[in-house]
Amino acid sequence: MDRRRFLTGALALGGAAALSGCDQIAGTNAGRAALQAGEDASTFVQRLLLTPQKMAREFAESEISAHFKPNGSTDPQDAEYKKLLADNFASYRLKVGGLVQQPFEISVDEIRALTARTQITRHDCVEGWSAIGKWKGPQLSELLQRAQLKPQARYVVFHCFDNMDEGGLTADEDASRYYESLDLVDAYHPQTIVAYEMNGTPLEVAHGAPLRLRVERQLGYKNPKYLKFIEVVESFADIGSGRGGYWPDNGYDWYAGI
Amino acid sequence: MTAQTLPPSRRLVFRHPLVVRATHWINVVALTILLMSGLQIFNAHPALDLGDRSFDHTILSMGATSDEQTRGYVEAFGRRFDTTGVLGLSNVQGEPTARGFPAWVTLPAVQDLATGRRWHFLFAWIFVVNGLVYLLYGIMSGKLARLIPTGADLAHIGSAIREHLLLRFPKGEEATRYNVLQKLTYLVVVLGLLPLQILAGLAMSPGMDAWANWLPEAFGGRQSARTVHFVIAMLLVLFVFVHVGMVVLSGPLNNLRGMITGWFAITPARAEER
Repeated sequence: MDRRRFLTGALALGGAAALSGCDQIAGTNAGRAALQAGEDASTFVQRLLLTPQKMAREFAESEISAHFKPNGSTDPQDAEYKKLLADNFASYRLKVGGLVQQPFEISVDEIRALTARTQITRHDCVEGWSAIGKWKGPQLSELLQRAQLKPQARYVVFHCFDNMDEGGLTADEDASRYYESLDLVDAYHPQTIVAYEMNGTPLEVAHGAPLRLRVERQLGYKNPKYLKFIEVVESFADIGSGRGGYWPDNGYDWYAGI
Repeated sequence: MTAQTLPPSRRLVFRHPLVVRATHWINVVALTILLMSGLQIFNAHPALDLGDRSFDHTILSMGATSDEQTRGYVEAFGRRFDTTGVLGLSNVQGEPTARGFPAWVTLPAVQDLATGRRWHFLFAWIFVVNGLVYLLYGIMSGKLARLIPTGADLAHIGSAIREHLLLRFPKGEEATRYNVLQKLTYLVVVLGLLPLQILAGLAMSPGMDAWANWLPEAFGGRQSARTVHFVIAMLLVLFVFVHVGMVVLSGPLNNLRGMITGWFAITPARAEER
C-alpha cells in the first residue's frame, strides 16, 4: 500500500515538476546543452543525407503563389540603402571579399549579364507557412569562383542593409543588422543563387531589392535580402553574437534544414 | 485493497516487462513535451492549409478581432466560432493576448518559437530512439505480434464493444491478454499514427524534402503534411484521454502497478471461482 501510494505520488509529482519546470530547465547550462545536443544531432543527420547532388523540388509555373508573403524586413531605413534605392541601384555595388584571392565589386547590370539560373521553388518559413515563387539569378558558386577562395575559407557570410531593430531600440545599431552564413557545401549548391528577379520582374523592395540570396534546402531565414557584402571567412565566431546569423544569434538553428 | 484483503483466488501475473514499462513512461514525458512545444510552434502560424502553399486552401485559422471589444475566434471550414479566453485570444500573465493556443498548453508558456523548436526536436529524437527500442524489443520477443487480433478475436468484436460500453472488463484467464479492442487500438497507434506522425513531421523539413522529393507529396504537399501532423497530434490526445479513462475505470491502482512494477492482479471470472 505504502509503496504503491509512494510510486503514484512520485509519478504525479514528477509529471507536474517536469511540466512547470521546463522553462527553468531550459535556462540552466545543462538544459541548454541538452537542447543544443538535439540540434547537433539533427544537423549531423541532415549533413549526412543532404549530399551536394540532392535538389529541392522545383515546381510548375501554375503552382506559383498569387501572394508571396514578405517577411522580416520589408522596407529598410538604412540611409545608404535609401540613397541607393532613390537612383534605382545605379550606384549599387555588391562587394565580394574576405578570404579570397580576387576581391571585387559588381553592379546589378553586371550580375544580370552573368549566366542565370531560374528556379520555381517553395519557400518554407520557420513560422510554418510556405509560398512558391520563381527566382532568377547567377549561382553563388560563379561569384565565388571569380573571387577564388583561399585554402582556409570555410564559410560564406552575407552582410545585409536591413536592420531588424528599425525602431532604434538598441544603442548598437550593428547588433541588430541582418546577416546569415552558409558553409561551402550549401554555398556551392546549384540551387544557391543570387536572385535579382522574382516571378519575372526585378525584386521588389519588400522581397530584398536589388539582390537576395536563395538557399532552397533550408528555411526562409537562410535567404538574406538586401545583400551588401559577401564575405568569405574561416570562422564566424567574431561576427554578431558568433552563431552565424541574425536569427541563429536569437536562438534559432544555424543549420536550418528542419 | 491491501494484499491481505485480496480474495484468495485473486492472483498476480507478470504483465509488462521492464523494456515495455520504461519505454511507456519515457513516451509519456516525450509525447507531453512534443505536444506542448508543438502547440507553441503552431502558434507562430495559427492556421492549417492544404497543398504545398499557404493562404490558398486554408481550412482552419485562429486569431483575434481588431475591434474595440477584442474577441478570440477559430474559423474552420468557413464558419467562425467565438473562442475568447482559450483559442485566438487568451491571457498571458494577466494580459489578453492574441495567440492560437493559450499559454497553459504551450512550451514555453510565452511566445518563443526558437525555444519551442529546440524542445520539440530534442524530444523528437528521444521519442524516435525510444520507439525504436520498443519496436525492436517487441519484434525480437514476439510480443508485438500479440497485438495482431486473431480470427476468434475479430469474430467477437461486437460483444467486446458491448462489454466495454457497459464498463464490464475481462476477468480471469481472459484478462491475462489484451482484448480485441485493446489490440486494434494499440496496433493503430503504435504502427499507424506514431510512424505517420514522424513522417508528416519530417515532410515539413525543407532539408528532408530535398533528400526525398516524394515525402511531402505523399501527404499532398508540405502544408497538407503540417495539417496531418496537427490532426494526428489531436488523435493522439484523444487516444490518451480514452486510454487514461479506461485505466481509471478498470482499476487505476492495479493498472498503474502493472505499468510500474510489471505485476497485474487478475480477478477470477465466475466460472474460475472456487
